[in-house]
Amino acid sequence: MGYLAIIAARFRTLLQYRAAALAGLFTQIFFGIVRIMILSAFYAASRSQHAPMSLREVVGYIWLGQAMLLLMPWRIDEDVLRQVNDGSIVYELARPLDLQAVWLARGVAWRTAPVLLRLVPMLVLAMVVLPIFEPAWALAPPSAAAFAAWLVCFAGAIVLSAAISALMNVTLLWSLAGSGIPMIVGALATIFGGLTIPLVLFPAWSQPIIYALPFAGLLDLPSRIFTGNLPAHDVIYVLADQLVWSLVLIAFGRWLLARGVRKLVVQGG
Amino acid sequence: MPQIVARDLAKSFRVAERSPGMLGAVRGLVARRYKTVDALAGVSFSIEAGELVGYIGPNGAGKSTTIKILAGILVPDGGTAEVAGRVPWRERIAHVARIGVVFGQRTQLWWDLPVIESLDMLRHIYKVPADAFAKQRAELVELLGLGDLLDTPVRQLSLGQRMRADLAASLVHAPDILFLDEPTIGLDAVSKLAVRAFVQRLNRERGVTVILTTHDMDDIEALCERVIVIGGGKILSDGPLAELRAQVSRERWLTVDLADGSDISDPDATVIRRDGNRVCLAFDPSVVSPAELIRRVTAAHPIRDLFVENPPIETIIARLYGA
Repeated sequence: MGYLAIIAARFRTLLQYRAAALAGLFTQIFFGIVRIMILSAFYAASRSQHAPMSLREVVGYIWLGQAMLLLMPWRIDEDVLRQVNDGSIVYELARPLDLQAVWLARGVAWRTAPVLLRLVPMLVLAMVVLPIFEPAWALAPPSAAAFAAWLVCFAGAIVLSAAISALMNVTLLWSLAGSGIPMIVGALATIFGGLTIPLVLFPAWSQPIIYALPFAGLLDLPSRIFTGNLPAHDVIYVLADQLVWSLVLIAFGRWLLARGVRKLVVQGG
Repeated sequence: MPQIVARDLAKSFRVAERSPGMLGAVRGLVARRYKTVDALAGVSFSIEAGELVGYIGPNGAGKSTTIKILAGILVPDGGTAEVAGRVPWRERIAHVARIGVVFGQRTQLWWDLPVIESLDMLRHIYKVPADAFAKQRAELVELLGLGDLLDTPVRQLSLGQRMRADLAASLVHAPDILFLDEPTIGLDAVSKLAVRAFVQRLNRERGVTVILTTHDMDDIEALCERVIVIGGGKILSDGPLAELRAQVSRERWLTVDLADGSDISDPDATVIRRDGNRVCLAFDPSVVSPAELIRRVTAAHPIRDLFVENPPIETIIARLYGA
């Protein structure tokens, strides 16, 4: 009940930033088109007949990546950083709530609200408006099965992202500056989550490593389901990957947090 | 069985020391030197239900550390504590559900939300039933004069308003024990009085146990029957305010307004201050009675006015810290 109230309040706060959402929407559309042009050029120049992903799928993958940008755990939660720096974290511990669960709840709201705000206009634009002007840049509508499967692993991606965010929050108890570890995690998530290029386009030898990391479940696997690069029934494996990683990261975060709280130093009044 | 028991609480912090200059910064990267600071070095006391206790000491004495341990936020390195039968840091969640905490330098309200929404969030967090919450809220709003502030976002409140809202927030779940860590810090006189009156009512009418840390001795004189003084991580004194005065010094002050600029001297009193014609004499009433001293002074000098008083509590405390 308390956790739901936290999610709801966070949601309301995040939905206040409408101007930021609009500006972000335009930026992401612009960069989406740039990325599509670059990858189209690569595909046109490639002599390989066996691309692991068709250009049509790549274009869809890029649009989903642009729409879900804010789902990626690439920044630290500013409020938590402030709480740790100014010590108001004491109030979080003075409430009858589990701190990690609070952070997970915040993470879920944080990763959902802005994504929902941008996802719908972005999909409408890429699926409905773009085909009129430039069909090659348009996002092909998914099959009903693919869409349903994608919705399921979209939820899984939010949980996974919240688990990574909560773990990043725990690291603040060791490094107060807060920028180091999130920057590393952010860079890894950007590359190995699928935000630069689709993961299947990385060299074949690196595939097992990349897909063994926790980041593929954030963006890559759901987008491949959406575009039909993976069959809809593979959603079971995607969900399993996301949930196993979420559980591992949550368990690790709990262990780390318990140690962090023992050594916690709260200075001053 | 006392409601709050602390036995030999100890807590030390490791603080990284840095040598000055560029070379020092580089050296700090390789080999860090740490200094261990003992915030608490064996603190023991017990508090009965319904007491209103002042917990005072200079900056860095360990006041806040004690409060944070008793509130379940920090884990001590040594010693034990029990609050209402629970060890705070072992059963943190069950423990904090029954206590209220206010840290004067920080707010527990949601910065961007109106006060009323913060209170509502806390209702959910503490799982307070809707009808009990409505009653509690109405009472707190009235006692703390929050009626006009409920719809204001917290970031727009003045410090005094925010403190009143924070007090309400700490009491949403009607706790039996309230920890107040510097609740009057930075407040103007009117807000201080409002906070004091509220805390007093809470303690007298509802029997809430209150532990209050402060640097404002007026808070202590107005509210606390019992004062625990801490310095350097150790308890220096524990008892009623009057006893504290007696323990440190029995000194009284005689202030005299002279009609002329003559010098006062008396074998049993020392002049501690002189502003123009106003002279303040310190004396020990067990050596010379106030009546006798006044008789001697008035016999020797033309007097316009005089009064006898206790030294202000600040002076007493400063002596205790200095000891």
